Amino acid sequence: MIHAENVAKEFTLHNQGSTVLRVMEGANLDVAKGECVALTGASGAGKSTLMRMIWGNYRTDAGHIRVGEVEVSSAEPREIIALRRRTLGYVSQFLRVLPRVPTLRVVAEPLLTLGVGEAEAEARAAALLTRLRIGESLWGLSPTTFSGGEQQRVNIARGFVHPYPALLLDEPTASLDAANRETVMQLIEEAKARGAAILGIFHDEAARHRLCEREVDVSGFRPGVAA
Amino acid sequence: MAMSAAALEMQDVPGPLLSVRNVGKRYGARIGCSDVSFDLWPGEVLGVVGESGSGKSTLLSCLSGQLRPDEGEVIFDTRDQGPRDTLLMSEPERRRLGRTDWAFVHQNPRDGLRLGVSAGGNVGERLMANGARHYGRIRATAQDWLTRVEIDPSRVDDRPRQFSGGMQQRLQIARNLVSGPRLAFMDEPTGGLDVSVQARLLDLLRGLVRDIGLSVVLVTHDLAVVRLLADRLMVMKDGRVIESGLTDQVLDDPQHAYTQLLVSSVLQV
Amino acid sequence: MSEYNFAYLDEDTKRMIRRAILKGIAVPGYQVPFASREMPMPYGWGTGGVQVTAATLVPEDVLKVIDQGADDTTNAVSIRKFFQRTAGIATTERTTEATVIQTRHRIPETPLNEDQILVYQVPIPEPMRFLEPRETETRRIHALADYGLMQVRLYEDIARHGEIATSYAYPVEVAGRYVMDPSPIPKFDNPKLDDCPAIQLFGAGREQRIYALPPYTRVRSLDFDDYPFSASKADHACAICGSATSYLDEVITDDAGGRMYVCSDTDYCARRAEGGA
Repeated sequence: MIHAENVAKEFTLHNQGSTVLRVMEGANLDVAKGECVALTGASGAGKSTLMRMIWGNYRTDAGHIRVGEVEVSSAEPREIIALRRRTLGYVSQFLRVLPRVPTLRVVAEPLLTLGVGEAEAEARAAALLTRLRIGESLWGLSPTTFSGGEQQRVNIARGFVHPYPALLLDEPTASLDAANRETVMQLIEEAKARGAAILGIFHDEAARHRLCEREVDVSGFRPGVAA
Repeated sequence: MAMSAAALEMQDVPGPLLSVRNVGKRYGARIGCSDVSFDLWPGEVLGVVGESGSGKSTLLSCLSGQLRPDEGEVIFDTRDQGPRDTLLMSEPERRRLGRTDWAFVHQNPRDGLRLGVSAGGNVGERLMANGARHYGRIRATAQDWLTRVEIDPSRVDDRPRQFSGGMQQRLQIARNLVSGPRLAFMDEPTGGLDVSVQARLLDLLRGLVRDIGLSVVLVTHDLAVVRLLADRLMVMKDGRVIESGLTDQVLDDPQHAYTQLLVSSVLQV
Repeated sequence: MSEYNFAYLDEDTKRMIRRAILKGIAVPGYQVPFASREMPMPYGWGTGGVQVTAATLVPEDVLKVIDQGADDTTNAVSIRKFFQRTAGIATTERTTEATVIQTRHRIPETPLNEDQILVYQVPIPEPMRFLEPRETETRRIHALADYGLMQVRLYEDIARHGEIATSYAYPVEVAGRYVMDPSPIPKFDNPKLDDCPAIQLFGAGREQRIYALPPYTRVRSLDFDDYPFSASKADHACAICGSATSYLDEVITDDAGGRMYVCSDTDYCARRAEGGA
């Protein structure tokens, strides 16, 4: 479902003396349906970078990245947008929202974009928020004023409200207490059970061992280290 | 009528809604804009960013028929005649396009409204220009649109002079969208508005774009606006497009030196 | 008669005005620019109508001049005298005897025939002037028949007053093409514009425009499907001749609120009162 082959990435910082940072070379990765794969490696080794490349947020300088039928590395912007709408979900570490949109709407948005009716979209969003212990009194407020943990749960709700066939999860259990961590892990297991291909970054070892069949160490993709 | 974004995806769309080829405009020896080409698909929002003098406003004027470019083609997929170069159209054809299938939202709403005409008259004008002759239905449609842009429909007879800047801008949007256009040109639609008002307007625009499957060419210098509204981005400098691509990709992984400078210059709040 | 050329204007000027008139007749309702001359009366006193009349008069013509329907007001009298002095033509107060009728703000009640010319005095020829002050834009609107704005004006009337409140200078569509201001005639008179056997000419001296309606032109007053045009008048009969179908003037008779309604068309009223028609 998610396939990366011989992927390379470098950053050229033009305004800092044209420094070239080569961060990745010869990266290979496969995630099948129903599988959960963890990206590991030291901080700064390139885990988030690779994830962003699969999401299409970072350019791929060499090699191929394919998600489902779409060649992310060479696709047109509208194809990537369609992919993100329907097929590929991404729960990042940051919740980026418009200032005055209420929480319920934020979570329902992926469904609304897919043409789901407002009532149904909001009902499904409400169910997820309840499960993640975000009280109904908060649904009408913008999440910008929430605590870090609450924002993270809203982020997760938005990422799981639509059953994406492929999911990218960047530290989904960070900032969460035990009860909510457990809920999130259940959500991930349910996604796996319905056949989603999941790629995750988990600092939390327990979560990683429980959820993931395999681990891929991105340090192996550092330029000069490739096998 | 344009379709919702989701419905558009389902349909087998044959070609782009707007094809721009090598558009250029010169002012004597000075370049307004040069060699701009892109395709815009149904339901896509294209942001054009750049600083003052980048040529983005010139480009928008050339595309929307307000300025005549010196070279290039602006091919629009018309409803009844297929793809046609709008630069070769007669004035009546272009004007008809301008009040049916196209919309233009000015930065200053006073440039896009009739200040001496009531809100209902402003919204209903396109309908009347296109032959609507039933007062009751025109008025009802106008009130419906006022509601959609979050203006109290009881203000249908008030004049825009009595509205706040944000309301005037929303009225301008309603006035443009009432004819069900498929393509909108927007010139700094949130410029000059208070920050809280901007947020409300952006949210409204996002909803409308999604609900009616509108394609938009949006010119702005504000990177936050494009991140929120635009699917794609074109960065302009000195009249030329120096980088383009998926919005979040251009903003998070800028390749060109100028783009990197632009992105890094934005103040974080 | 004296040092004046026939009808005051020199022949070259008349030729220029006649060319404008011919253009106007060829394109009904289209405002033809013309080089309006200095006349011996100020702007706002009918200089456009006078120039059109001067260019169309021939020595055999019989001229009638009315102002708000009456032959005996100052304006009508002075213009009639002007032409008596500079053209030496016969004048009349009887509509049926006139070959050229110059009018300010009314159409005679007596139906016109194919041998007559009606000349209107026009203050502002542009029907959209107060909605769109730019001449460049109104010319473009007319050229492209882009008349949405005109309909907006009527919409505003209904929104503001509950009905199309325009009671005079009511805009019309001519021969399915141009929208025209028929001069400040009461809307009651609008139906007479339509399918009229006479030639109708419109002259605006200060604004320097001439426009025209050839005989039997279709003239339709603008309206909405659910607010159709109605030619309304005061709901009274004339106190002098008893006509219930002519346009009436309201005359205040004393300072206690007394009033009477009389025909605005003095010739029509007098003929009816005499027993003729």
